[in-house]
Amino acid sequence: MSTGGVSGGQSAGPADDTDGVHFDLGLYVAGQSPKSILAIENLRRVCDEYLSGRYRIEVIDLLETPELARAAEIIAVPTLVRRLPLPIRTIIGDLSDTDRVLVGLQLRPDGWRSP
Amino acid sequence: MTGESGGWSGMSDATGAGSAAAQNSGAAGLVKAPTGIGGFDEITRGGLPRGRATLVTGGAGSGKTVFGLEFLVWGARKFGEPGVLLSFEESADELATNGASLGFDLPELERRGLLAVDVFRIDAGAIVAGGFDLEGLFIRLGSAVDTIGAKRVVLDTVEVLFAALDSESTVRAELNRLVRWLKDRGLTAIITSERGRSGELTRYGIEEYVSDCVVLLDDRIQDELATRLLRVAKYRGSLHGTNEYPFVITDRGMVVLPITATGSARPAPDERISTGIDRLDHMLDGGVYRGSTVLISGGSGTGKTSLAGHLANASCARGERVLFVSFEESAEQLLRNMRSIGLDLHRWGEAGLLRLWAVRPAAYGLVEQLVELHRRLDEFMPSMAVLDAMAGLNHLGTSTSVSATIASQIDMMKGRGVTAVLTSLTHYGQGESSALAVSSLMDTWLLLRNTELDSERNRLLSVIKSRGSAHSNQIREFVLTDQGAELLDVYVGPRGVLTGSARMAQLADERAAAAGRGAQFQRRRQALARRTAQVEQQITSLREELAAEQAELDEFIEQDVAAGEGRDADRAVMAVHRWADPGATRDPEPDQP
Repeated sequence: MSTGGVSGGQSAGPADDTDGVHFDLGLYVAGQSPKSILAIENLRRVCDEYLSGRYRIEVIDLLETPELARAAEIIAVPTLVRRLPLPIRTIIGDLSDTDRVLVGLQLRPDGWRSP
Repeated sequence: MTGESGGWSGMSDATGAGSAAAQNSGAAGLVKAPTGIGGFDEITRGGLPRGRATLVTGGAGSGKTVFGLEFLVWGARKFGEPGVLLSFEESADELATNGASLGFDLPELERRGLLAVDVFRIDAGAIVAGGFDLEGLFIRLGSAVDTIGAKRVVLDTVEVLFAALDSESTVRAELNRLVRWLKDRGLTAIITSERGRSGELTRYGIEEYVSDCVVLLDDRIQDELATRLLRVAKYRGSLHGTNEYPFVITDRGMVVLPITATGSARPAPDERISTGIDRLDHMLDGGVYRGSTVLISGGSGTGKTSLAGHLANASCARGERVLFVSFEESAEQLLRNMRSIGLDLHRWGEAGLLRLWAVRPAAYGLVEQLVELHRRLDEFMPSMAVLDAMAGLNHLGTSTSVSATIASQIDMMKGRGVTAVLTSLTHYGQGESSALAVSSLMDTWLLLRNTELDSERNRLLSVIKSRGSAHSNQIREFVLTDQGAELLDVYVGPRGVLTGSARMAQLADERAAAAGRGAQFQRRRQALARRTAQVEQQITSLREELAAEQAELDEFIEQDVAAGEGRDADRAVMAVHRWADPGATRDPEPDQP
């Protein structure tokens, strides 16, 4: 909360106090499944809109490197891990719920919903 | 015990099949994977269904993880089947510690490639933003299985997935897929699960998918004893024991009771062994059978331990080993008390023939006691075992699994040809009936009683039953002297059975009474004579009365005749006086003209 938190009264919009902070994201998928493809598309869209120019996405295919699943404690797929900024945050699913993705990345406060 | 007996005999049947059926059994040729858990493979006739998933469900701390660990460790050690443990609840360190407490070195098994432990920590703060599946779990499991060539898999416990992943329907569907996945790969799996709060098998209804075999673990208080219980709730395509079986978790792992007898052939020797008391041997037509079960029941202070001590002493004197388990006294106390009645058990201990095991009742639960007893019998191989005042024997007959357990232990000793001597405390007023349900298990049943009369207590012994032999129906007085026990005849009279001083007093009374009766006859004879004289006197006086009456009557008749003559004369005079016709006289006399 201290790192990426936004003040409660703030309305929807690209501006928040994570401005300028670089996001390092890892997306764990399993092959070219529909959920995997959907997750990659959704993540790109969110990042372009809210983190333009200050993000990096690494897509990890667990079918190719299964040992990484253990290292990163992955069970559910797809799973998005915000490695930076700390703390590490985990977002599960195909990322089609944009509001939840923004909350998960702490670009919006807990429980926030777009108007 | 009626409710239990059906399942009980089913179990006996299962154990009878024994190790022959350990690997393969069942009508459909269902192949089984032995768990290696003591007792469990007997109940299930060989273990868990091979290539299927088994659900092990129970409350918190009921032993689910231990069950899973044993399945993997024995699989690796005994059956050459490496296994994978997926743990959602405990860390690798915690698991290693748990394993060590059961005598298992999990890290060592991992190093040897016989075990793979994968610990899943699910981020509690994870946010769900769209559809997902558990492919990560499948990938990790698949990778671990392939790496060590695993045949066994344990997932402990799946509720964590439901709690952490905010989509019950997805988790449910994925578990269903997982069970099929395991099956497709021919893996024998255990999935552990929490019981539902209101008694459902599992909180999320997992038994819908994992339904080939369901094992229920429970931990509850029964007969005031904390007891762990195991039940095979379901086993598709296989016979299995249906009872609840007590189990324990010891420092050597989990043991489910009953532990079955090692030899299936049950010896029934004809040989009789002495009880150490001549007259008791005589009452029993020569002693008790070797390898039979002898119950000595009685109230406190009736001499149960002393009698058992005689049996033990006689055994040792024949050069046979005896395990004497005392649940009430310390070894020293027992030796001293036996010495006071002339039994030197100490020398048998020195000679290695007698082993005393004093059990503090608080030290073990009943089931632990039985497991420990089993171990000691294995170790010492005695020909006689004395269980002095075994707790829980009183509960036999109440239809609890604990009774079934004790019964199975008695059965087990019989199977080994060990002569079992059990003493049981009956409480005041319970008498014989309390132990009726036990009787079917016992070959010989000796009842000791105290009689209390005239401020004196004396002991009585009777043989309630002695299977396979004629036995005395007589009650004897059981007297403990410093030279050992003795049996004496008792007096049976109109006031009941008399012993001790009362018997002597009664005999004296009888002699006095016999003398008294003689005098009484004399008195009555005299009285009768007196009465006879009286009656005869009365008869005489009555006769005299009758004679007097007769005389009076005769005199009266004479007077009456004389009076009649006078009246006729008077009438004639009156008729003349009234001028009456001679014929108008009212009372004409026949003598008138």
